[in-house]
Amino acid sequence: MSILTALARAEAVESGRAQPLTTVRHTHIAEKPLVLVPLALAGEAAAPLAAMVGTGRDAGRLLVVANPRDRTQRFQFVAQLARVVLAYVDGCSRTVDTGQTSKLRYAEAPQVLVPNRGGIEFIRLLGRSTRFRRPYGPHPVHRTVPLLGQWLTFLRERSDHPGSGMLLALTEVLGEHWATGQSGLEDANLAALLGWIDPPAGLDGAAAAEIAEDPLRWPPAGPSTDPTFDNEVLAPALAAYARAADEQAKSRAEAALSAAVAEQVEPTWGLMWRAVDLLRARRAGASVEARWAVDRDVFTMYHMSLAEGTALPQPRRDSAVAAAGRLDRLEREQARYEAQRALDDPLIMAEFRLSGEAFTGTVVSASPNRVDTSGKKAALRPHITVQTDDPVRLEPGALLVSPTRLAQQAMVVSVSSVDVVLELSKGMGRSTKQPAPGSVPEVGEVVTYGPVSDAYQPPGRFPAREETPWTHGGPPPDYQPTDSDAAEDWS
Amino acid sequence: MTIIDDILADFGSAAGRGVVVDSPPGAGKSTLVVRAARTMAEAGERLMVVAQTNEQVDDLIDRLATAAPGLEIGRLSASTYVPAQRVIKHGSVTVSGAVSDVQTSAVVIGTAAKWATVTEGTWERAIVDEAYQMRSDMLLRVAGRFTRGLFVGDPGQLDPFSVVAVERWAGLSWDPMQSAVAVLLRHNPDLPVHRLPVSWRLPPSAASVVSAAFYPFTPFEAGTRPEDRRLEFSVRAIGGDPLVDATLETARRTGWALHELPARHTVRTDREAVAAIATIVVNLLRRGPIAYSEHAPDGRPVTADRVAVGAAHRDQVAAIRQALADTVASDVTVDTANRLQGREYDVTVILHPLSGRRDASAFHLEAGRLCVLASRHRHACVVVARAGIAELLDTHPSAEPVHLNVPVRFPDGWEANQAMLAHLSTMAA
Amino acid sequence: MDALVDRLDRIRGTVAPRNHNARTIAALTNNPGCGRRGLMDAAGVNKGAVAGQLGFPAAFGQSRFAIARGNAFEAQVKADGAAELLQLLRERLGLAIPEVAYDDLSNVGGNASREVRYARTRSLLARAAAEREDAGTLFDHPMLRLDIAGYYAYLEPDLIAFRAGGRFHVVEIKSFAVIDGQADPGKAAAAAKQSAVYVLAMRELLGELGYPPESVSHNVVLVCPENFANRPIATLVDVRKQLTVLQRQLSRLTRLDKILDALPAGLSFDLAYDADQNATRHPDELRKAVSAIDARYNPDCLGSCEMAFFCRDESAGSTSALGRSIRDDLGGVESVSTVLGLARGTLPPGAGQEEIAGLLRLAHRLRTECLQEAGAA
Repeated sequence: MSILTALARAEAVESGRAQPLTTVRHTHIAEKPLVLVPLALAGEAAAPLAAMVGTGRDAGRLLVVANPRDRTQRFQFVAQLARVVLAYVDGCSRTVDTGQTSKLRYAEAPQVLVPNRGGIEFIRLLGRSTRFRRPYGPHPVHRTVPLLGQWLTFLRERSDHPGSGMLLALTEVLGEHWATGQSGLEDANLAALLGWIDPPAGLDGAAAAEIAEDPLRWPPAGPSTDPTFDNEVLAPALAAYARAADEQAKSRAEAALSAAVAEQVEPTWGLMWRAVDLLRARRAGASVEARWAVDRDVFTMYHMSLAEGTALPQPRRDSAVAAAGRLDRLEREQARYEAQRALDDPLIMAEFRLSGEAFTGTVVSASPNRVDTSGKKAALRPHITVQTDDPVRLEPGALLVSPTRLAQQAMVVSVSSVDVVLELSKGMGRSTKQPAPGSVPEVGEVVTYGPVSDAYQPPGRFPAREETPWTHGGPPPDYQPTDSDAAEDWS
Repeated sequence: MTIIDDILADFGSAAGRGVVVDSPPGAGKSTLVVRAARTMAEAGERLMVVAQTNEQVDDLIDRLATAAPGLEIGRLSASTYVPAQRVIKHGSVTVSGAVSDVQTSAVVIGTAAKWATVTEGTWERAIVDEAYQMRSDMLLRVAGRFTRGLFVGDPGQLDPFSVVAVERWAGLSWDPMQSAVAVLLRHNPDLPVHRLPVSWRLPPSAASVVSAAFYPFTPFEAGTRPEDRRLEFSVRAIGGDPLVDATLETARRTGWALHELPARHTVRTDREAVAAIATIVVNLLRRGPIAYSEHAPDGRPVTADRVAVGAAHRDQVAAIRQALADTVASDVTVDTANRLQGREYDVTVILHPLSGRRDASAFHLEAGRLCVLASRHRHACVVVARAGIAELLDTHPSAEPVHLNVPVRFPDGWEANQAMLAHLSTMAA
Repeated sequence: MDALVDRLDRIRGTVAPRNHNARTIAALTNNPGCGRRGLMDAAGVNKGAVAGQLGFPAAFGQSRFAIARGNAFEAQVKADGAAELLQLLRERLGLAIPEVAYDDLSNVGGNASREVRYARTRSLLARAAAEREDAGTLFDHPMLRLDIAGYYAYLEPDLIAFRAGGRFHVVEIKSFAVIDGQADPGKAAAAAKQSAVYVLAMRELLGELGYPPESVSHNVVLVCPENFANRPIATLVDVRKQLTVLQRQLSRLTRLDKILDALPAGLSFDLAYDADQNATRHPDELRKAVSAIDARYNPDCLGSCEMAFFCRDESAGSTSALGRSIRDDLGGVESVSTVLGLARGTLPPGAGQEEIAGLLRLAHRLRTECLQEAGAA
């Protein structure tokens, strides 16, 4: 949390409305996202109680487990959910990106939206509890159940990747783009968060958040349910279902249960779509599409590998080599994502300006044809002097990039109290005497330079799994799925 | 047999996978590494050495080449590396990016990052320097190159970290975010672990304090006696800030001083604290300090290159550098704890990581950071801090998460800070 | 200490003190800087009732499903003389003994008071501690106690104390799952803190009998459901750090005298219950009493203290309410309006505020610039 974001929160407190933290949207919002609002039964690891799921505000489907402890009913719920999710996923694989010719890439990828971090955890646990099951053997389940597990696990793993948009917790996405007048902890309540961002008429953020916090006036977004609801509504409803003597009584009890659950879920469902509208209304940052293309690539590869039966297994825990490789990838992606956000968004770059690592100013003099003859070959190295009011704290030799000239590198030559002298290289065309027109900033131009580069970093080299060294326990045994995995009781 | 003999015996043994050596600050780690390298080389073995930074590699090469001028040394380097003077001056060093060029050298030294790119060549033995500061994923990438290792480092200094915050691997014995030694020992619990018991750098006034605060289960002692080290000023104090004078005198006399500023919550680059540090450093140099030690019984002037300033954050470092820029102290090293690791000075001045804060997170309380800052000196350490740290510690809530199957690490950051503060409070000028 | 107890009694008023349990004792470490909470906890005041009377009722409740699940798991673990648990303990603690005795300490015949149950626990544990042979014995439903600011807090855990290899191990049964070796870190932390309370209580008990602290291991056995089944799994948890923190906070309670000295005489949180158990203490008066002691509100309070909504309302407009680290990020400036005044240049910086004022003005300029440009775009 920096001074900029803290100031934004202070402004929100005073104005009674959330204040923007960004000038653009940094996350892709799909045309048809799959919104999922899950509810889980208290006290269990991942016992689903209900879920509302669909790709449109008016297309929500409520799935309810009438007896959450009954294994059969649980797997029935999962099979139903699988139908919806798998249909959605397959739908995303129907069209191919025609702009991409070097390799096959689908035009779409799934985007699953859940209300909060708890929702992502629910997906992780549901994926874990279903992906090892089998449609044959001692405890068979419908064949879509393990497939759903694989996709949920795929989405969950993807969501750890900075900049990925296939599984998102909307509280986190909204929190990235708006600062409320309450704490980050309180922002984890979707209704309170939206109360600040988009308060109903006649109320300010604080008042709206207060209503949102009262579980009687606004049911929680889940997956946890309100304990009072559990004790006073849900428990009797479940008991009624269990007691039901005949089919008629059963369906009556089930309808009553569904109605009670729907009441808990529908408000959050509405909020999710309101959040989607609010995000869609923001202009997307320049690199959002590129990151979505990466998501589509990964989706394409996984979808095709599942179809061919060559999909990599999803073990319970990473092996030593897999863990190290994944950490390397996450770190590179994090650096790249942060750089892209700063280059796409002046308000994010402002963080660096505040700390003296970036600056914005006007070019007051330029030598675009300057050539450096000190090296083996003569090289075009223009100098520009940028006048700035920003408190620059850079040392000579620091390397910078400008958002409007991404291919070009700028090196700090000297810093004074009023200006910075930069030496430019790359991104000027092939001539060694003359830069391409427009590639060097001209006198009078307002420019920004920041310490970030979104250049692609190649992955590190890692030993093969069979070559895991003795320091890390040597090569791990191969994973052999057993009956016990499939039989794992789910209670 | 001395500890060093035991270590070399374990390292040279044909059985087992090597040895781990815990080396508290200034315990002679580099001397051990140089000696181990020479021993192996003289026995006719090709040796591989892994260090963490280019600076460390160059330091090792300089020392090794000086101690054994006839030894062929290969420096495995990235293409961006510009050979340092202290490497080139020895004619015995070959600098190259290709393993094939240096494979036959008696000793090949490189950074872990460079070794991680090497896919061929094997060595029977390797020395891994600063193994506690090395992350275990780097060890994974270089361990295929050698069969047995001497893993040496300081367990009390900064842990490796990542900007990525994932709990995915917490509890796994091969958690890539853990230190190399932690993972190594978890999979090879029978590996002998030796502890160097003596600090040759820290004076007795510091060794006892640092040992108790940061090495609660593995204490060490100073290798010198109180009378072996002395600091004198050759210039009298003349009409400056009396508080600064008092601080310098306390530091000179006892080896520690707490320069306390009035309690206030401030921004990190606390102007007053920065100014106080600058004044102390400048006044220190102006007083013409002379250091008497077992290395220089007739005294040696403490010049700007023998003084360092340490802080927790880069912006604090930048602000202090700016404040010293046009003074006699412009050449004094100013750096973060990360970059001061492994380095040594006669006198240090540090900005307490908790100064000016109202609340602290685990990051600010991290024992390793304070340990590095407080253990760089041979003669004296001045701590600059605003009053109020005691209150911060007293009101600090404990809200740390617990991950199953993760060994608990000591010292606890809060405890270490508390111990240091308790000691420094008796040293307030 | 008696004087302290008397003073605390007067502050609490006419009701009996709330019983402490391991959870509430562990919660003492949550916010040691809050004098209000420290005082109310030490005096055994019903914080939830006070908050309700002030108009800010807390919303802490437990779902019966969670309770039922917890009870069912515990019952399963302890079934058949705790057979399944014993097997786990044999594996986890590497025990060689084939036979283990099981002692249910709640069986004292009839409706015994806590003191009687404590006495029985004490004598049985004393006997076990004195035994030479390495007999392993499970002690179910022990009654322990801990001195909290002059009161004995009787702890009736669902734990089982187990003796093996000359040492007692606290066993803690929790119903949150351990999935592929990992548990929710917050829940595991809470379990570790509570277990530390039991370790401390046992160490005190055995200490009174002349045994060293090491006779109770700092490794607690945490028993949880494994993955998605009901099969229990046992994990050893090292609670040394939790023990140190707990001991520190408990000793802090003895320093309440200073806080009490600063309070107006006659201060009381008494809710003046009438014959029908309705609180009749006037809310404004109560508010004055509560406000006489400073709190140290931060958003973490919302998850752990019944007074949180009241204190949050009290802190409206302060930077601490926005997050624990935000006030430090803002250079220690306490009020939101000051932050905005400094940022806009409408408020001259006070002593020591020049730096943060400069940074805030710059931040304000940058935000305005960027948002204006974006608006124009």
